[in-house]
Amino acid sequence: MENKSKTILSTKNLSIGYGSKIVAKDIHFVLEPGVLCGIVGVNGIGKSTLLRTLGRFQPKLSGSIQLEGKNVEDHSPSGLSKKLSVVLTEPPASKNLTVGELIALGRQPYTNWLGTLSPEDQKQVQNSLDAFLLNELKHRKCHELSDGQLQRVLIARAMAQDTPVIILDEPTTHLDLYHKVQILKMLQQLAHDQQKTILFSTHEIDLAIQLCDKILILDGDTNPFGDPCELIEQKHFERLFPMEMVQFDAKTGSFKITK
Amino acid sequence: MQGTAPYRLSFVLLGIALVLAWLLNISSGSVNIPFSEVVSILSGTAAQVDTWNYIIWDFRVPKAFTSILVGGGLSLSGLLMQTLFRNPLAGPFVLGISSGASLGAALLLMGTSLFVGMGSLSFLGDVSLALAASIGSFLVLAVVMVVAQRVKDTMALLIIGLMFGSITSAIVSVLAYFSSAENLQRFIFWSFGSVGNLSPQQILLLTGIVLMGILLSIISLKPLNAFLLGERYAQSLGVSLKRSRFIIIIATGLLAGGITAFAGPIAFVGLAVPHLTRQLFDTMEHKVLVPAVFLYGSILMLLCDMIAQWPNSANVLPINAITSLVGAPVVIWLLVRKRKMLF
Repeated sequence: MENKSKTILSTKNLSIGYGSKIVAKDIHFVLEPGVLCGIVGVNGIGKSTLLRTLGRFQPKLSGSIQLEGKNVEDHSPSGLSKKLSVVLTEPPASKNLTVGELIALGRQPYTNWLGTLSPEDQKQVQNSLDAFLLNELKHRKCHELSDGQLQRVLIARAMAQDTPVIILDEPTTHLDLYHKVQILKMLQQLAHDQQKTILFSTHEIDLAIQLCDKILILDGDTNPFGDPCELIEQKHFERLFPMEMVQFDAKTGSFKITK
Repeated sequence: MQGTAPYRLSFVLLGIALVLAWLLNISSGSVNIPFSEVVSILSGTAAQVDTWNYIIWDFRVPKAFTSILVGGGLSLSGLLMQTLFRNPLAGPFVLGISSGASLGAALLLMGTSLFVGMGSLSFLGDVSLALAASIGSFLVLAVVMVVAQRVKDTMALLIIGLMFGSITSAIVSVLAYFSSAENLQRFIFWSFGSVGNLSPQQILLLTGIVLMGILLSIISLKPLNAFLLGERYAQSLGVSLKRSRFIIIIATGLLAGGITAFAGPIAFVGLAVPHLTRQLFDTMEHKVLVPAVFLYGSILMLLCDMIAQWPNSANVLPINAITSLVGAPVVIWLLVRKRKMLF
């Protein structure tokens, strides 16, 4: 694990938002390969904005984002597509794609001008299908899938893109508890087995505490970042929601409704 | 995505169907020429009746060739638009692009006489009508594209397209009101749509435009596939959004605008054919869909033109009406059967 010390994605003094409207500022984090990191925070605090900024879908306001030792803005579009893949909240525009077709689209950064799949590309697609238990669904259309299945397909597509960093915007919304855990466990496995750096936003704070290696709390102030245990000790989760409604139980690592 | 190999048989069948449709189209018309004679004329033997030779080579063959260009090109532009706008109902008509072409043609045919007289028109001849209609369709397409950037809701976009159609037809009505009977008649005949009556030069120009549109579609195959995921996903796959969008719009504008300019506004082909093709080719891979849609559109257009020609009678029905009569029920049927239109 010598590359554990290597930084793959980091931000410094990062401010994000739209034009003159700052959504969040002072965001610092440092991520190494093989790390699963959750971003938590109340609605509207800027989780999606942060992920969109990291994925270069919108410009940052100030500060810096480093991806593999280079400013993220300095990567060419095709270069970036080999470093960073995304899973967005929006469903694929065409639900008429089959699972196999959709995952194979993840290989676009590596294919020729016609998009022909090489044996290497086909192997990567097959690996993604295997990893997310999608072999039986390979020829199904996306509109025939359940929410949980579709989410697995979209993550498998990101895996097929074979990038060191994967960012996901709320991959567990609309899913029941079983499928939430299933998705997060698969992400953890992907991060640990293949040394991917995976960053995702979520509202499942208790699950994130149990499964993530690192957590970034967006609280509109200091935005603490660190190991889940450290953050619990420093009582950062207590301040996340108004005390009169929900309270954080440090022993179990979960929230309780204030009686 | 998979290659084209699994669809080889379907392509062979479509190819055979195209040849059959082409033969049928050529052998039917106002003058009854026996099928065996048609075949022998096409194979180079002189016909028993001299005029038959002339009818086949100077009238029916160019008309059939134009049908192929028009049907294939319009269908291809519909496919490009459905992918680009992420909307199964997109097509040259629905998004107001044909209306833009009509406006261009109307301004030229009826407007120039109001403002500058007919001098400029006769000077530019055939090319000016094509140019005016193309500019009109490009303008509308550009505006629709700008609006599409701001309005993410595709339903709103369609309504905006329909509104553009209303605005342009209102302007056309105003122009028609002030226009002379002769110019008005020219415009009305243009708006009926026709794949006959094109001079060899016009056919050559149209061929060039359609080939250009096909070429631009071919270099956009990979971005088109990426657009199936949505624009953000396409961007994350390394697609240069601005450049790809621009190339696809130019291709669409050339195909829809150029064809409408020469053949008049021909409804429903661009909207319906991509859906019909997806019934036969169960894939979203544009490497398969682009040639398949072009072939399918050509076949349909040849058949529609044959009906419009009304075998053995001198009457020629407006082809625009025929394609609507065939196309609209197809769209309704698809919606009723699948309850949801996918693209």
